[in-house]
Amino acid sequence: MGPLQRGGVTKMNTRVFSYINAWITKLQSRWQTIVIAIPFYWLLLFFLAPFAIVLKISLAESIIAIPPFTPLINFAEGGVLTIRILFDNFIFLMEDDFYVKTYLNSIKISGISTLLCLLLGYPMAYGIVRASPATKNILLMMVILPFWTSFLLRVYAWMGLLADRGTINNLLIWLGMIDEPIRMLYSEFAVYIGIVYSYVPFMILPLYANMEKLDTALHEAAADLGANPITTFLTVTLPLTIPGIIAGSLLVFIPAAGEFVIPDLLGGGNVLMIGRVLYNEFNSNHDWPVASAVAIVLLLVLVLPMMVYQYYQSRKTED
Amino acid sequence: MSQDIKNDENLWEVPNAVPLIKVQGVTKRFGSFTAVDNVDLNIYKGELFSLLGGSGCGKTTLLRMLAGFETPTSGTITIDGVDMTDVPPYERPINMMFQSYALFPHMTVESNVAYGLKRDGVEKSEIARRVDEMLAMVELSSFMKRKPHQLSGGQRQRVALARALIKRPKVLLLDEPLGALDKRLRTQTQFELMNIQDKLGVTFVVVTHDQEEAMTLSTRIAVMDEGSFVQIGTPTEIYEFPETRYVAKFIGSANMFNGRVTQDGADHIEISVNDLDTKFYIDHGASVRLNAEIWIAVRPEKIIISKTPPEKPGPNQLKGTIHDIGYLGNMSTYRVEMSNGMIVDVTAPNQTRYRSAKHDLDWDDQVYLSWAPSSAVVLQK
Amino acid sequence: MQRKRSTFLFSVMCFGMAFLYIPILLLIVYSFNYSKLVPVWGGFSVRWYGVLFESEAVWAALMLSLKIAVMNATFATMFGTLAGLALVRFGRFRGRLLFSGMISAPLVMPEVITGLSLLLLFITLNQLIGWPSERGITTITIAHITFSMAYVAVIIQARLAGTDQSLEDAASDLGAKPFRVMTDITLPILAPGMVAGWLLAFTLSLDDLVIASFVSGPGANTLPMLIYSRVRLGLRPDINALATIMILTIGICVVIAGWLMLRKQRQRDQDMQLAAIETLDREF
Ligand SMILES: Nc1ncnc2c1ncn2[C@@H]1O[C@H](COP(=O)(O)OP(=O)(O)OP(=O)(O)O)[C@@H](O)[C@H]1O
Ligand SMILES: [Mg+2]
Repeated sequence: MGPLQRGGVTKMNTRVFSYINAWITKLQSRWQTIVIAIPFYWLLLFFLAPFAIVLKISLAESIIAIPPFTPLINFAEGGVLTIRILFDNFIFLMEDDFYVKTYLNSIKISGISTLLCLLLGYPMAYGIVRASPATKNILLMMVILPFWTSFLLRVYAWMGLLADRGTINNLLIWLGMIDEPIRMLYSEFAVYIGIVYSYVPFMILPLYANMEKLDTALHEAAADLGANPITTFLTVTLPLTIPGIIAGSLLVFIPAAGEFVIPDLLGGGNVLMIGRVLYNEFNSNHDWPVASAVAIVLLLVLVLPMMVYQYYQSRKTED
Repeated sequence: MSQDIKNDENLWEVPNAVPLIKVQGVTKRFGSFTAVDNVDLNIYKGELFSLLGGSGCGKTTLLRMLAGFETPTSGTITIDGVDMTDVPPYERPINMMFQSYALFPHMTVESNVAYGLKRDGVEKSEIARRVDEMLAMVELSSFMKRKPHQLSGGQRQRVALARALIKRPKVLLLDEPLGALDKRLRTQTQFELMNIQDKLGVTFVVVTHDQEEAMTLSTRIAVMDEGSFVQIGTPTEIYEFPETRYVAKFIGSANMFNGRVTQDGADHIEISVNDLDTKFYIDHGASVRLNAEIWIAVRPEKIIISKTPPEKPGPNQLKGTIHDIGYLGNMSTYRVEMSNGMIVDVTAPNQTRYRSAKHDLDWDDQVYLSWAPSSAVVLQK
Repeated sequence: MQRKRSTFLFSVMCFGMAFLYIPILLLIVYSFNYSKLVPVWGGFSVRWYGVLFESEAVWAALMLSLKIAVMNATFATMFGTLAGLALVRFGRFRGRLLFSGMISAPLVMPEVITGLSLLLLFITLNQLIGWPSERGITTITIAHITFSMAYVAVIIQARLAGTDQSLEDAASDLGAKPFRVMTDITLPILAPGMVAGWLLAFTLSLDDLVIASFVSGPGANTLPMLIYSRVRLGLRPDINALATIMILTIGICVVIAGWLMLRKQRQRDQDMQLAAIETLDREF
């Protein structure tokens, strides 16, 4: 400001400058609050608040209108009646065999897929950690690369492989191992393949991060004290990689349980998974309250694993 | 300073004694880099053998080859008469204490110490008894249930020691075992180590950076440089008779003079030192040729410093002015500048109170230096 | 024993990589198939690329998706960086637990739930305040920012956690006010993370089908929505062509970016080694 004043700036102008200056100083002293506030309120509005609305609508009654649910204001009238209406959608879900079965099936499929991802991902992560630095970087890049390419298209790629007249069946027939095509697409098998294929990088990366941090001297110390490689693995490596196993498993299990694209494209109508049911309930049947109720129940099912994940995530950043 | 072996016999001096560890022509290369270069070494039962040398000279690599974590590029290692080439680390009668301690972070102190015995399938009650005994020895009995991250650096180090010792290995390898400790704890632990060694009769191979530590602990010291041994000997030999300038400089400090042999007798030699008009007389023979250029080392504490000139001029005498004084409490180091600009370090005990009236050595004083004919050492290179 | 275990690891690695890459390779190969039936080889041809380029619907969807992706990436990077900073550098503040929960939950939240809840939010808002009056590019972008910023925040957190707080401490010790510390030290440290975050947010947006289908309105068809509507009825050779173009474009970009980063890191390692050797030399 010094040179400006010398240039003959009016008193008024100086005052404006000092206001602005004061304002900037204030802003600077508050910058921490601002840094937190922007993302915080964004998430509050667009991430957390919507759940409240879902909850509200799941408690409403379905009507044929746009939007197709009863407005909230009606709740205030007649306490007893309201309560009956309130849980109608949830009671409907619990009583209908179809939904219960679908939830259980979703959990089964994503649970088994998680296990398969672990079986494939653990040795791969271990192999990457053990590789020489140059190879390690290439392998890591190869694991990360699928992240960047379209998920939908990668699932689509399996349609071509698994179809009745797809690559695998053609190959097997050509080899003379089978006469008739095997049914693979639109089956649970295809869904397992699709989930493992799409989610195995999510298993490998946390495991890799975990294993990379382990001091190799620990393995050597175990060997030095008489543990053969298998015992070393069981007593040292495995217990110390449990955080990675948990983080990776949850990163696979939770989104897989609500997966829509994979069961829809690879499972067709033959595999019941809750994500697909919810999507159809919403987009085809236009039963929004039931769809909301389905979402709330799915959220309740997944809330525990999510909290476990959250716990590990926060512990990791504190280290 | 050197420590006596129990049977009062230094096995390395006994002809035909069978070494416990026999390293023959061992080389280790990482790519094109040679970390250990054609090394031969015998270590005998009950020794406390130290490896000393600058950073990156291959000490850890040699130790890791003994433990079995690195395979020698060439050469053989024999332990107790068994060729170790195809023996994996977990079957060797050797245990190691790691530079980083490598305590298992998910196990308690007790499980850490018990780990080795469990792997050998020792009975549960026996394990418990020996763990108790071991932890009592390292004075950690009350810390049994703690995890490593709840211990101080010194306590961790003792757990690592207990864990490595509990299997009663024939050889214990220690990679800078006391590196993380403060001076007081270090001295205390040094004596503890020596006690343990006495009690258990284990052979120790210790890597260290600290020459004082090596002098205190060892039966013998090997000085390493760039992957090979420069000199192997008892602490006294290494200190009093360094063979090379590297050793003389690495262990303790030494004044180094460059000169020419003018007399070469059977029981003495005489050297004229370049640029200084004085002759050095050494009262032991050395394998030198007449007129050869050689190096001589004189330790600072062997030099007598005085303000009064010597009674009669002779060899082993120098004149200079005090350039600098380093006060160390019990003694002082005087840096004396010669007529040709060379600096000679001298240490002398502070027998009178420093800077009192009686303490007569001060900055810029002219002083006379002299030493006994037996004090200087002829160096090979 | 050592060798046996590494053959095991080696074979699993080979199997895993084959599993990850063979489907993509086949997808690309069949895009050059003349035949209309995808898995039946009818000779080499680029016919389906022609079909693809002539389709106006594909171009429209692509442009819409790119617009959304750019806006999303820019905002998500800004918000995500702020969030990451707050979580790593601000220590404890009120609402931290809720905040970190809201940051990490979108990473695992099933897309159907996020999509449904956002749609219901937009409808409710429309009823209450008349905004957004119609669903399309704006609502999709908002939805994408919401989950992409979580990914950016994770990248930023990782980058910040990996760097020494003492750099920032040194700056404030030398007299920089907190704001200056942020602009002089923290943001330059974060720059590579922000670039990575932008790219990730961009591809996440370009990739999303489920959430976009929920929050989109009539007429706004993103590229994934278009692809989905075509492939749900079976294999389509023109989609193979589209997939090839998308996968190769992104794949090449990622490989080049990764290679550049690797080279830079190797250069830095070398410099550090040289410096270390020089210091050693000077000491002896
Ligand atoms: N796995 C390896 N790959 C390549 N070079 C190595 C490897 N291990 C050690 N080296 C190199 O071998 C040399 C000797 O290493 P070593 O660890 O034995 O040194 P050291 O004497 O123990 O040093 P310090 O006193 O610093 O611990 C060093 O130059 C080191 O860089
Ligand atoms: Mg070392």
